[in-house]
Amino acid sequence: MNQPKRSRLVWWVVFLVGVSYFALPLLGTFFFSLQAQPIYAGYTNILKDPGFYNSLLYSFIVGLITIAVSILIIVPTAFWVRLKLPWLRPYIEFITLLPFVVPPIILVFGLLNTYSHPPFRLTASNTGSDVLLVAAYVILSFPYMYRAVDSGLRTIDVRTLTEASQSLGAGWVRIMWQVIFPNLRVSILSGAFLTLAIVVGEYTIATFLGRHAFGPYLSLIGGNKAYEPAAGSLISFGITWIAMGLLTLIGRGSRQRVQVAGAR
Amino acid sequence: MPASARGASSTRSGRRRFNPSILGVLPFLIFAFAFLIIPASYLVIGSLQDKTGAFTTQNYADLTKDGVGGPREAYLTSIEISAVTAIAGAILGFLLAYAVISGGLPKALRSGLMTFSGVASNFAGIPLALAFVFTLGSNGLFTVLLRDAGINIYDSGFKLYSKFGLELVYLYFQFPLMVLIIAPAIDGLRKDWREASENMGASTFQYWRYIALPILLPTLMGSTLLLFGNAFGAQATAFQLAPLVNIAPVLIGKQMSGDVLHNPGLGYALAIGMVAIMGVAILAYSVLQRRSERWMR
Repeated sequence: MNQPKRSRLVWWVVFLVGVSYFALPLLGTFFFSLQAQPIYAGYTNILKDPGFYNSLLYSFIVGLITIAVSILIIVPTAFWVRLKLPWLRPYIEFITLLPFVVPPIILVFGLLNTYSHPPFRLTASNTGSDVLLVAAYVILSFPYMYRAVDSGLRTIDVRTLTEASQSLGAGWVRIMWQVIFPNLRVSILSGAFLTLAIVVGEYTIATFLGRHAFGPYLSLIGGNKAYEPAAGSLISFGITWIAMGLLTLIGRGSRQRVQVAGAR
Repeated sequence: MPASARGASSTRSGRRRFNPSILGVLPFLIFAFAFLIIPASYLVIGSLQDKTGAFTTQNYADLTKDGVGGPREAYLTSIEISAVTAIAGAILGFLLAYAVISGGLPKALRSGLMTFSGVASNFAGIPLALAFVFTLGSNGLFTVLLRDAGINIYDSGFKLYSKFGLELVYLYFQFPLMVLIIAPAIDGLRKDWREASENMGASTFQYWRYIALPILLPTLMGSTLLLFGNAFGAQATAFQLAPLVNIAPVLIGKQMSGDVLHNPGLGYALAIGMVAIMGVAILAYSVLQRRSERWMR
């Protein structure tokens, strides 16, 4: 497009203003973290803190379990609906989009109410609370996972693949495991990384369930330390960056758009 | 495709016989009911009960109660913050996306911005709030730098831990979200439309007024609604940055942690009110989204 020079200059200004707004808080945090004595102390201190490791490890494990459960629920469901119950698809899609309408603070409020008394008193034990945390995160992952998997299914011929496998004598488990999953690798991975980016660092649900996850840890040290939380925020930003970077890298071959997550 | 496409599922009366393949979606439905729909319904029931468990609509009447720290104030502040950041984020995000897509800037900037927007729209909550505290808080890096240079922004009325500060921070995830959702729509503006209008003698203003904006309008409005919902449901950022600013998600959080737990029914009603507002925003978004898809290939 032949843009006149003047208007291109305007767009450069728009771009630079936007970029500096993005960059300033990150630069501010970075230089702030370097004011420690010695300058790397913020980073070495947080890396030495067992609370940092434990909470980050906890959040990662919860994230991985969340991803596994979400895949095991969403992939067979989306596959089955496409194959056998196409009329049900709008309803399933509607349910997967509900987490956009029910924000985390409301979801955890409802979960606490439902599971803090018999017959299912999950909040009474640590394991029970962990289960609730994973369940809540799986719900949060539904919109992203379902959309990724469903658009992946659109690109493959589900019916032919299924019938071909069946005529070769494969059962449902084998079809899922050896035909559908490998064909949806890109979609599943992109849903997984997005889920990871959302789960690691999630604060609201973890706090109200009393879990020592990375988000609550960061909030805690944010209130009573100076340079360590600056280092921690940047590390958290780095994790998001890695997850989203991997997502773009994987999505490059396929024609999917980078997906969008909500705020916390 | 009708349900009877594979035969065997309709009787002469036209009623659908039980179709055993519906059992295949049971695990999904059970999970969604157990951890989303039933918990949400619990809140509805709770919101319609008084302390003794008897039916009442008083909790909803209480939502409109005036007063500092009350639900009415919380909703109004929440709506204001969400609307301001949605509109500002939509305008800025649109301009930025347009700059890299059609503004004649180098191509490499586009993919860079898109990746970064993916990261930044996910960079919310505690780390984001902390990053702004370290940058513009009362002892933040730039606050101190400016103070050393003789400009005290806190003396001139700026406060990060305020409604305005919250809006400034929310923009950080609103703006990139807008870039991500508006980019395909800008891509969809075909070059030939512009060329055709220029051939017929239209000015740039006329092109925008009569062609580009009417086509983009449903997408722009829909995206703004999505941004509204995005800000409206956010809790962690506000809780970390400015817990004293009374917004609906923070007020619900306080009800739950027992700080002001005088009336649990009111907490439930607050939650249902939020869900209703989010629901309207998201529903309007999906209607507008469907309309705008007409122009996309």
